[in-house]
Amino acid sequence: MENTNLKERILEISGVNPRKCMKCGKCSATCPNYDEMEYHPHQFVDMVEKGNIEPLMASESLWTCLSCFACVERCPRSVEPAKLIEAVRLAVIRAQGGNHLKPQDIPDKLDDELPQQAIVSAFRKYSK
Amino acid sequence: MTYSYYPGCTLKTKAKDLDRYARASAAALGIELRELPDWQCCGGVYPMAKDEIATKLSSVRALIAARDAGTDLVTMCSACHNVLKQVNHDMAADENVAAKAANYMKLDEPYRGETKVIHFLELLRDEVGFDELKKRVVKPLTGVKIAPYYGCLLLRPGRVMGFDDPENPVVIENFIRALGATPVIWAMRNECCGGYATLEKKEIAEKKATAVADNALANGAQLMITACPLCLYNLTKNAQSGLPVKYFTELLAEALGVKEDA
Repeated sequence: MENTNLKERILEISGVNPRKCMKCGKCSATCPNYDEMEYHPHQFVDMVEKGNIEPLMASESLWTCLSCFACVERCPRSVEPAKLIEAVRLAVIRAQGGNHLKPQDIPDKLDDELPQQAIVSAFRKYSK
Repeated sequence: MTYSYYPGCTLKTKAKDLDRYARASAAALGIELRELPDWQCCGGVYPMAKDEIATKLSSVRALIAARDAGTDLVTMCSACHNVLKQVNHDMAADENVAAKAANYMKLDEPYRGETKVIHFLELLRDEVGFDELKKRVVKPLTGVKIAPYYGCLLLRPGRVMGFDDPENPVVIENFIRALGATPVIWAMRNECCGGYATLEKKEIAEKKATAVADNALANGAQLMITACPLCLYNLTKNAQSGLPVKYFTELLAEALGVKEDA
C-alpha cells in the first residue's frame, strides 16, 4: 500500500532519488552487514520508491546498518542507499517516544575501555 | 608550520595515546598543532539527513574557528575527520545547509567551506613528505610487518574525503614504509569493522572485527595500525584474533625516538 506523504518525507530527509537506481544490487553485494539484515540496502531503495515504507520502519534492519558508506561509495548511479536507511530510521526515532537508545540503557553496556566515540555515535544514530 | 588542531572527545579520554604521540611527533617534526579553544564534540557520525542543521553546528564552529585563525584544520581521529570534512563539504556545496547554519548561528560573515580540513596522515604525506619523514626516523621499525587499517571512515565517501583512492589506498602503506617497517597488503583493510554496532548488537561487532583481524593475521601481520579509537577498541576488545592494534601515532613517535617523552 503506497503511503505518499511518508514517501515524500523520506525523500526530502534523504535527498535521494530512488528512481536513479538501475537494480544492479551492488549496494547489497558490498554491504558488510548483509547477513544481519532482514531488508538489504537495495530493498530499501526499491521499497521506498514503491512507497512500501512501513515494513522498513518496523524492521530491525534500521539498527544494523553500520554507517560505513560502502554502498554510498560503490553505487554506480550515486543513489546512496545509506541515506535512505538513515531517513527511514529518523522517521522512526523523531516520533514522540521513538528513541531506540535511552540514556538509562547505557550504564549496563559500559566497560573500562569503551571509547566515548561509541556512545556519542550511538546516540546520534539511535536517539533524538 | 602552524595548524589548528581538533582532537575530539575520545582523544581526551580513552584515546589519549592517539593524541599525545601525535603531539610529541609533531613537535619533533617542527609542526605546531594549536588546539582550537572551546571545540565541541563532532557527534561521531556524519548526519546524512538534508534537513538536520543542529547536529552539524559543532563541526561548523570548529571550521569557522580555523578559518578565523588563518590556518588549516588538522584532525587525528578518523570519525572526527569524516564528520568535519563532510560537514565542510555541505557548507560549501549545499546552499540550504549553509544559509540555515548562518541564520542559526547569527554569523557576521558567511561560511562556505573555506577551511581546509586535513588528517594528520595527509599532513605527513603532503606537508612534511614521506621522503623527509624517512630521513627524520631515528629508530626504524625494520622488519616489522604491519597491517594498515583504513576502516570505513578515513576514505569514504571518496568524492568528498579526497584523501586517497578509496578502493586501493596507499597512504598508510607509504607511511609504514617511511618508518622503515613493511606494510602488509590485505583484502579487508577498508572493510568496516562493525564498531558502531558494539552498543547495539555486540555479536555483530565481534563477528565483523574478528573477520577483519583474522584477515590481517592470515596475510602475515604482526601488528595493525589505525587512526580510529572505535576501531582500536573493537579490533582488540571484541575481535577474538589476538592481533595487537596500535594507533599510527604511537609508531610514529617510536620511530622518531620521542615515544618516551610523550
